Amino acid sequence: MKKSNILMIVGSLLLLGLFIFPLWNITLEAPQYPIPLGMDIYINKFADTHEFDIKNINLMNHYVGMQFIPKTIPEFKIFPITIGIMVAFGVLIGFKMNYKWFLGWFILMSVLGIVGMYDFYLWEYDYGHTLDPNAIMKFTNPDGSIMGFQPPLFGSKDILNFTAHSYPMMGAWLMFIGMMLTFLSFFVGKKEAK
Amino acid sequence: MNTYIKSLFLFVITTFFLISCGPPTSKKNSNSKGAIAGNAAEKVYVAPGDHDSHYAFISGGFSGQLAVYGLPSGRLFRVIPVFSQDPEKGYGYSEETKPMLMTSHGFVPWGDSHHPDISQTQGSVDGRWVFINENNTPRIARISLKTFETEEIIEIPNSAGNHSSSFVTENSEYVVAGTRFSVPFPQRDMSIKDMKGNFSGALSFLKINQETGRMNIDFQIKMPGFNYDLSHPGRGKSHGWFFFSTYNTEEANSLMEVNASQNDKDFIAAINWKKIAEYVKNGGGKKVPARYTHNVWNDDTHNATSTMEKEVLVVEPKDVPGAIFFLPTAKSPHGCDVDPTGEYIIGNGKLAAQMTIHSFTKMLKAIEDKAFDGDAYGIPIIKFDAVNYGTLDQPGLGPLHTEFDTRGNAYTTFFISSEVVKWNVKDLKVIDRHKVYYSVGHLMIPGGNSRTPDDKYLVAMNKITKDRYLPTGPEVCQSAQLFDISGEKMELLLDFPTIGEPHYAAGIAADKIAPKTTKIYKLEDNKHPYGVKSEAETKVVRKGKEVHIYMTMIRSHFSPDNIEGVKVGDKVFFHVTNLEQDYDVPHGISMIGAQTSELLIMPGRTTTFTWEPKNVGVWPFYCTDFCSALHQEMQGYVRVSPSNSNIKISYTLDGDIPGEDDL
Repeated sequence: MKKSNILMIVGSLLLLGLFIFPLWNITLEAPQYPIPLGMDIYINKFADTHEFDIKNINLMNHYVGMQFIPKTIPEFKIFPITIGIMVAFGVLIGFKMNYKWFLGWFILMSVLGIVGMYDFYLWEYDYGHTLDPNAIMKFTNPDGSIMGFQPPLFGSKDILNFTAHSYPMMGAWLMFIGMMLTFLSFFVGKKEAK
Repeated sequence: MNTYIKSLFLFVITTFFLISCGPPTSKKNSNSKGAIAGNAAEKVYVAPGDHDSHYAFISGGFSGQLAVYGLPSGRLFRVIPVFSQDPEKGYGYSEETKPMLMTSHGFVPWGDSHHPDISQTQGSVDGRWVFINENNTPRIARISLKTFETEEIIEIPNSAGNHSSSFVTENSEYVVAGTRFSVPFPQRDMSIKDMKGNFSGALSFLKINQETGRMNIDFQIKMPGFNYDLSHPGRGKSHGWFFFSTYNTEEANSLMEVNASQNDKDFIAAINWKKIAEYVKNGGGKKVPARYTHNVWNDDTHNATSTMEKEVLVVEPKDVPGAIFFLPTAKSPHGCDVDPTGEYIIGNGKLAAQMTIHSFTKMLKAIEDKAFDGDAYGIPIIKFDAVNYGTLDQPGLGPLHTEFDTRGNAYTTFFISSEVVKWNVKDLKVIDRHKVYYSVGHLMIPGGNSRTPDDKYLVAMNKITKDRYLPTGPEVCQSAQLFDISGEKMELLLDFPTIGEPHYAAGIAADKIAPKTTKIYKLEDNKHPYGVKSEAETKVVRKGKEVHIYMTMIRSHFSPDNIEGVKVGDKVFFHVTNLEQDYDVPHGISMIGAQTSELLIMPGRTTTFTWEPKNVGVWPFYCTDFCSALHQEMQGYVRVSPSNSNIKISYTLDGDIPGEDDL
């Protein structure tokens, strides 16, 4: 088997890491939380970084009228199926097809990734901005608009007494490395074809 | 004239003598300056947010409790309620904890706690449990060092003044309880003056279950009617033996300060408990009727149960020959201490000007050679010279207790001369002495009662403080004093006040306990019969004159928080569950006019208090522990109607019956 095919197969298989490791993590730091509160986002669930963290995030957030973090969202059904199909597809073309297909797979996966991030942003926006009108505490921005509590999509941000951190986790890194391998497989395959 | 000059001279001499003998203030001041010069402040400074290196569990004495301090800072972290009611925590007031204070005499709200001792594995303190004895109504308690809560209290029958307790053997096989006051055994109506020969002293060996820590009295040795004052286990080579100091071998029953101080020598009783345990295991001993309570806390149901035990296994010394011996020891020894090697058994002869040091090796030889000097009630008395390693003469006045380092040194407290003296056990030579302020009782080196003392610090526990702190009226604090003993000379580092009277203490390196401590109780594991897991399950139920409120608390409201249908003459049970699952988020609850106490409820725990409303009206209850920014809003109302009212029970939260809630 050619090197490019191996790269394509291995690259696709690395996406399976998403079924084991979290994709993303949001951590909230505050003086009263020497051990910060955290939520790990998998492709199929929200999970506590430390036991009961999500319950405690919800308890904190209810003061400013934020919704509870839902037990599940529709994406948790769609993401695993999508990733599963892409892995199978990637392995299949790794065995049967040439480098042009590899690039095609990479582009498709990139588009799906961007769609996924955008979807995540929309959820975050809604989570941070749809507030209970009877909220215990109401905050406004300097311009008079209602203050939102949306965590950052990527990076760190101060929200009232909390500093929120939002960063990719092992699952995302494996996906990133996997995609880079498939991208590389295109060039390697092209070279081999010459 | 001549007489006048003579007496003036005498007066001057006497004054000089008194000044030089007393604890003069100038000396004290120079001492504290010396401490600063020696960087004592740095040695005890634990920066904000940093942790101490050691836990010290210091007996709360007549408070009945056990206090937890950090060393070297001397900061008080927690007072664990053990033998006395504690309205701050609801201990002994809540329905769940009341059984912990049940005894064969009924509910006893107070106790006199004395000698904490930490469980051991292979001769080292292991941080599983700490045991402590109650002197007045004889009991032994076991406290979990995961939750820092009292988990078990067992009463000791046939005993009184439970003082030579609660010391553990080197693998925590047994925790031992000995009686200070001998009494009729079993108790009976008889003339006090017939005491001699008719009273007995019970030495009780409580077996410890290694998994659960549960104690039960394996056997009681029915000893002669002396006073068994203190005890310590053998260790290393002497593991399997236990040593008890005795006084009042005169068996006096009145004006004891004189009549119990006539014999020049009393005894240390040496007990081969392994031999007796073997004897008992093979069916030895006799089960006799007894009444004593065994109170056990259950962390799953959040409830204590009190069981009345009906019998105890008694062993007569004459039935196990070769297991019990008396070692003659200088006058009315108080502390009975065993060095880390297990070779030296030290009697602190509180009324003698000497320390008696016995040798375990010599003791075994003497027993083999039958080097006896008669017997007392059939128990052989070993010849003094045959067992004695040596004496430390004139080390100070009123020796009480001794602890050890790993370098062959002993540290003894002297009550009357108010000092700690460091001496070498083998050489019998005094190395250093240091004044303490004032009248020191016990001392503690972390891991002191073990083969492996952690010998950087020494804590001296003083009975009186006089002028050492800002005055607070006639009643002033008792105190502990921390010494650095890592060098040749003892260095006084710190004074810190203690609760109650600090008798013994037990110390241990923090890393043996801190990482394993419980942070919250898990709601899912809560099996309290009146516990609920969500607001949807909260309710109020009438059962005749009893009203049971199944209530929850979470930041920052109660559910339900409006209750109607309670009547004058009802007994209202507030069964309150803290739904929080976050570290250090307790809530409290108190009800106007309740004749119990507030409750302080940890996350995931259910606790109950009762309220018997006497007056018609609308009565508020509220959270007593500042739990959040909305703490002041954490309150509710109960409507109390006349006893003949026909208002039905109803309960709401925000106008509705409490419903499904995601929390």
